[in-house]
Amino acid sequence: MFNGRDVVYCYDGSFDGLLCCVFESFVRRETPIGITAGAQEQLTLTEVLDVPTDPEKAARVGLAIPKKISPRTEELVKIAFLTFGEDKDLLILKYLQKGFSVGGRIEDMLADDTVNALYRAIQHCTTEAQRMKQFIRFSDFDGYLAAVIEPKNKVIPLIADHFTDRYRNENFLIYDETHRMALVYHSNRAEIAENIYFEMPDAGAEEERYRELWKSFYDAIAIKERYNPRCRMNMMPKRYWKHMTEFSENEFAKKKSGTETIGVKPSLPRN
Amino acid sequence: MDMFEKLKILGESAKYDASCTSSGVDRRGGTSDGIGSASSCGICHSFSADGRCISLLKILMTNYCLFDCKYCVNRRSNDVPRARFTPDEIADLTINFYRRNYIEGLFLSSGIIQSPDYTCEQLIEAVSLLRNKYKFYGYIHAKAIPGADPELINRLGVLADRISVNIELPSQKSLNALAPDKSKSSILLPMGHITNRIKQNSYEIVKYKSAPKFAPAGQSTQMIIGATPDTDFQILRLSEAMYGKYSLKRVFYSAYVPVGDQKLLPPAGTKPPLLREHRLYQADWLLRFYGFKAEEILDEQHQEFNPLLDPKCNWALHHPECFPVEINRAPYEMLLRVPGIGVKSAQKIVTARRQTKLDYPDLRKLGVVLKRANYFILCSGKRAEGLIVTETGIMRQLMSASTVKELEQKGGFEQLSFFAQENNVDKFPALPSLPSVEDTVKCLTGEM
Repeated sequence: MFNGRDVVYCYDGSFDGLLCCVFESFVRRETPIGITAGAQEQLTLTEVLDVPTDPEKAARVGLAIPKKISPRTEELVKIAFLTFGEDKDLLILKYLQKGFSVGGRIEDMLADDTVNALYRAIQHCTTEAQRMKQFIRFSDFDGYLAAVIEPKNKVIPLIADHFTDRYRNENFLIYDETHRMALVYHSNRAEIAENIYFEMPDAGAEEERYRELWKSFYDAIAIKERYNPRCRMNMMPKRYWKHMTEFSENEFAKKKSGTETIGVKPSLPRN
Repeated sequence: MDMFEKLKILGESAKYDASCTSSGVDRRGGTSDGIGSASSCGICHSFSADGRCISLLKILMTNYCLFDCKYCVNRRSNDVPRARFTPDEIADLTINFYRRNYIEGLFLSSGIIQSPDYTCEQLIEAVSLLRNKYKFYGYIHAKAIPGADPELINRLGVLADRISVNIELPSQKSLNALAPDKSKSSILLPMGHITNRIKQNSYEIVKYKSAPKFAPAGQSTQMIIGATPDTDFQILRLSEAMYGKYSLKRVFYSAYVPVGDQKLLPPAGTKPPLLREHRLYQADWLLRFYGFKAEEILDEQHQEFNPLLDPKCNWALHHPECFPVEINRAPYEMLLRVPGIGVKSAQKIVTARRQTKLDYPDLRKLGVVLKRANYFILCSGKRAEGLIVTETGIMRQLMSASTVKELEQKGGFEQLSFFAQENNVDKFPALPSLPSVEDTVKCLTGEM
């Protein structure tokens, strides 16, 4: 039904924009060789088709997904849109093309290459979201909580519900440094802000004290006869350590040099 | 004594307790006042340098103790610094750690001070302060104090999500020798009481919507491994019985780390039996998720785990009559028994084969570890192409990478056989006189 064609679709980067690409591919009965968000100049060798975002077309595709494929597919595609792979847009397009032709059955076609690749990307994204629920560390600034994260996927929409429910009566901010977006929760209202910049202020004395208490607990709980850095790294990959209290150095620690911390270079806790 | 010192002492004295899970209960905060929620899958917030999960603030209320259990670092006769938290200190630490997303909640245990009843009351006070004053909706795991009044355990259970009584040692004999202040009945009694209370509660909450929930995340226990001569088979059978009879959610195994020289115990400096603990957890998984019975994994003749192979591979090699398994037709229960296929990939196979016939490359996509599974499966009646079956080859594929490396360094690969006996970890025996070795290989290759 779809012919591969040497063309690259270019859309505005919004979810609706991507749905319009899907619409376009159905109208033209073709599969592009690539989809890019925003103009990219190096692609001059191939034909580029600008796909404008048309809310009406997007809505038609958007409504058809749960109806003609399945409600679950709608959820999956939304998560897939948050993943970071370069070919994620094309993958979503191919998945939907297939979905519209076979229906809800596509959910079970785990051995199909497109389905498999998409599910893998989604898995990576949901795993990272789970890791964020585990490893995000807040700091308290006069009653406001703030945390900085650097995920590969855009996980904020996936973790928003968890944190707003958990800290329902707090005010907090989670800043995603990779994608320059943030979840801001203030007076029981949550909002996702994009294209912003945030820098963590210096911690106050009380904040430092709790950080140090946590670090000293972290060191005390390890059993030195069972030291196993490899296992720790598997469970808690190093790229998350940067923003974790357990591994941070600060002024307070230097002053109170009696307490040894397991810093970026892991060392054995003293008994 | 300042907080830093207290936290260090009371965190360190709690560290030998293996359980640190925050799973088993789903609770949303919704629009309530207060703070916190719980997620049924549990959330590990950190991992300590020994690779163990930290999901709860795991502390003792105090490490003063009347008891003199030989295996315990907090025993009365041990000369260690002692400390005690007040309920307010515990609540303050918990809330402040929780707000910063360091932890999922509190794991509170204690040494026995004055009397079991008094100790239990103190725990109740701390936990109730958290729940009622601070409106804490996070996870709380409390230790039931052996010997405390059942009414006190009831009160604790209504406040906590999970309660545990540690069985500590796998047999009455070992308990008599090492824990003179505890008896099997003083441990099993509260365990049985909690089980009944949980069961009773499940009727209550059907009848009355507002009935308080009793330990909604269930009950768990832990045993110390390697401090006594109990065999793996005894331990595994005990676990199986406890999962059945007491409906425990988890049994934890804790490799014994020598805490000071004791006549009856392994001397200081003995390495904790980590491999054994690991094998026990693997077998535990087989009991809980793979439909195995303890008697299938070990038996009277084989009381110890094979150090070279995980229990599932070991079972598969000893049951050639069950293999090969046809991927496109075999029932789910049988797929689970294939080395290299886990719960997730078995489920995926069952789903995916509804849509298409599966072949070897498909299996790889579904997450099957083919280097192990290859020897035990058929896809549409065919073996994997180019599969060479030799005894050493199979062993090599089935062993973990670290075991392979270790063996290579010792140059022990030549004499390797399926039936390497447990007791000879260091000197691998030549082919034992069991006649079935060759038969097994032939059976696996389908020559028979």
